[in-house]
Amino acid sequence: MAIIPDLSGALRSGINKTKRRKLSQLEKKEMRWGLMFISPWIIGFLAFYLLPMIASFGFSLYDFNPAVPDQARFIGFANWQRALFQDAEVWLSLRRTIHFAAISLPISFLFALFLAILLNSENVLGRSIYRTLFYMPTMIPLVATVLIWNGVLNEQTGWINVIIERLTGIRATGTQGLRWLADPNLVYYAYTMFGLWGVGNTMIIFLAGLQGIPKELYEAAEIDGANWLQRLIFITIPLLTPVIFYQLVLGVIGSLQYFLAPFVLNNGTGFPEGMTRFFMVYFYKQSFTFFSMGYGATLAWLMLIIAMIITIVLFGTARYWVFYTTEER
Amino acid sequence: MVHAQRAPLRTLSKRARTTITRIILTSLTLFVLGLFLIPMVYGITTAVKTDNQISETGAPWWPATKKTFEYEGKRYDVYLVPIDGEIRELALYRPGRQSSLFLDPENPEAGPIEWQGQWRQLERTWILDIQWNNFERAWNTVNFLNLLRNTITYAGITTFGAVLSAALVAYGFARFRIPGKQILFMIMLSTVILPGAVTLIPTYFVFLQIGWVGTWLPLIVPAFFSWGTNVFLLRQFFLSIPRDLEEAAMIDGASPLRIFSSIILPMSRPALTAVALFHFFWAWNDFFGPLIYLAGHPDKFPITVGLTAFNNLYSQSTNLIQAASLISAVIPIIVFFFAQRIFLEGVVISNLEK
Repeated sequence: MAIIPDLSGALRSGINKTKRRKLSQLEKKEMRWGLMFISPWIIGFLAFYLLPMIASFGFSLYDFNPAVPDQARFIGFANWQRALFQDAEVWLSLRRTIHFAAISLPISFLFALFLAILLNSENVLGRSIYRTLFYMPTMIPLVATVLIWNGVLNEQTGWINVIIERLTGIRATGTQGLRWLADPNLVYYAYTMFGLWGVGNTMIIFLAGLQGIPKELYEAAEIDGANWLQRLIFITIPLLTPVIFYQLVLGVIGSLQYFLAPFVLNNGTGFPEGMTRFFMVYFYKQSFTFFSMGYGATLAWLMLIIAMIITIVLFGTARYWVFYTTEER
Repeated sequence: MVHAQRAPLRTLSKRARTTITRIILTSLTLFVLGLFLIPMVYGITTAVKTDNQISETGAPWWPATKKTFEYEGKRYDVYLVPIDGEIRELALYRPGRQSSLFLDPENPEAGPIEWQGQWRQLERTWILDIQWNNFERAWNTVNFLNLLRNTITYAGITTFGAVLSAALVAYGFARFRIPGKQILFMIMLSTVILPGAVTLIPTYFVFLQIGWVGTWLPLIVPAFFSWGTNVFLLRQFFLSIPRDLEEAAMIDGASPLRIFSSIILPMSRPALTAVALFHFFWAWNDFFGPLIYLAGHPDKFPITVGLTAFNNLYSQSTNLIQAASLISAVIPIIVFFFAQRIFLEGVVISNLEK
């Protein structure tokens, strides 16, 4: 199951302003009950989101190690200066993260879209079985997924290389072959492949989007003589843009926090040649290996700022390419 | 050429064309599915290989062991020997530099056969050998029972907390007039895309101060304060429930809490199950939280972190790593097959400000 909020409302309408007036006794009672029901969230929001966020900014102004909290030293914006202007690794790790996202997001989107269109076709026999089977690897814990792919992509014994070698005759195994996880040019593609095993949710969201497209549109297009490709480009894709947009926002924010695979495979050393030392990995190293948490908090805030900029830019571009069918109210 | 091919296609009946499309699309799907599941087949095959086969070059892709032949109380290695234009499986009896003596395992009484050539150049015969007990070895080496117990406890408690709190909050957002409700709701939705790192360090520090680091508490307690995604989902469901029953109960004097527990919750079983399942597998998969808060306490590790530690220690035992990875996937996959409808149904929710 997947959640697909239609963001059109959020994009377009401001928040309805209600006129201020005296509340009746009954309304006061209703409000008290309402507040009681949402109080777990309010407490949780204050305790686990708002206050830590503010405190995190406070921490970024200190030189701080949690093992010796007494020695914390106020250093003003020195951490920020270091992160923004002195520490080259910050920008390198950010660049790697963007580089990886630029490879993995389009590939996984296209793959999910391809599967959704294929499995939405009435001409694929037994499509519900395929939906199950394509979704299944999504249920495998990500750590296990990474370890299984680590084996199958092994340069010597992995089946991918063995199969490529058998089929094409190109020497794929061995040190001169396709070193998926050791070659800086290939490693992002290898990591992208791990991600393809998690295609299930995106596929289901795209499928739901496809099923929401009115059939009459296709019938009308067919009468007008539009072929398969034209229907895809002029009907399917535009009507899927709200779903693509929603997935894109989540995908970009998720990529920014990409951590698990490089950590499981090489403990965050960045192997090969630092290529997998992504921003989140670097944040982890600073905060929980070196325990320089003042600097870690700075990096975390930097991540928040970047995530906000990306989100604002994405929402800003949305009106040029995201197509909403609902009427303007 | 293109025109020549197209013309007959157009003259085909509609049914024939549909059949051709079906064959093409179904085989395309099967082909992609085959590629997609190669790693799975690899994982299963590798998991049951012997330790020797893992390090051996020239070993077959299937789980196998080198064939030997026992004769008069001694073991002899079996090779593929080219003799008289055919390749025979023969046991090496007396190795020699230029020529060696072989026995025919089918008919050892016939006496040794002499073969000219270097026996080291010969290939071995492999026979099928499936080591099911690798799963048992992996299970015991990682102390899987403990990991499993930890994971189930953690996932179970947090799922309970997450669903209960999300249901309460969602009901509050769905039914009550609260000043600034829409702003609060938008804030809640925006926490869904907030990078977790930005709140992590102060939270970690506070948990460290109160002695919770190294325990399950930092992972369990926040789950009881509701998460945006779950609230959003349940609120949408509650909005779809007609108010009639609640109004009738209210006239009878039932309190909102009573209405919530005896009308709303029982009616929302499908939505609650869906949220519970999603949260359960989210917790089953959770890695970063346990990694940070349970560092140095391997007895408290969940499967994900335990599997990573195992991979670091036994990186050479590819077969055991594959076996352990597969074991960790068994429960989620079984549950998935039973509850697949819930996972495969896209719940399309439109219009935030309903």
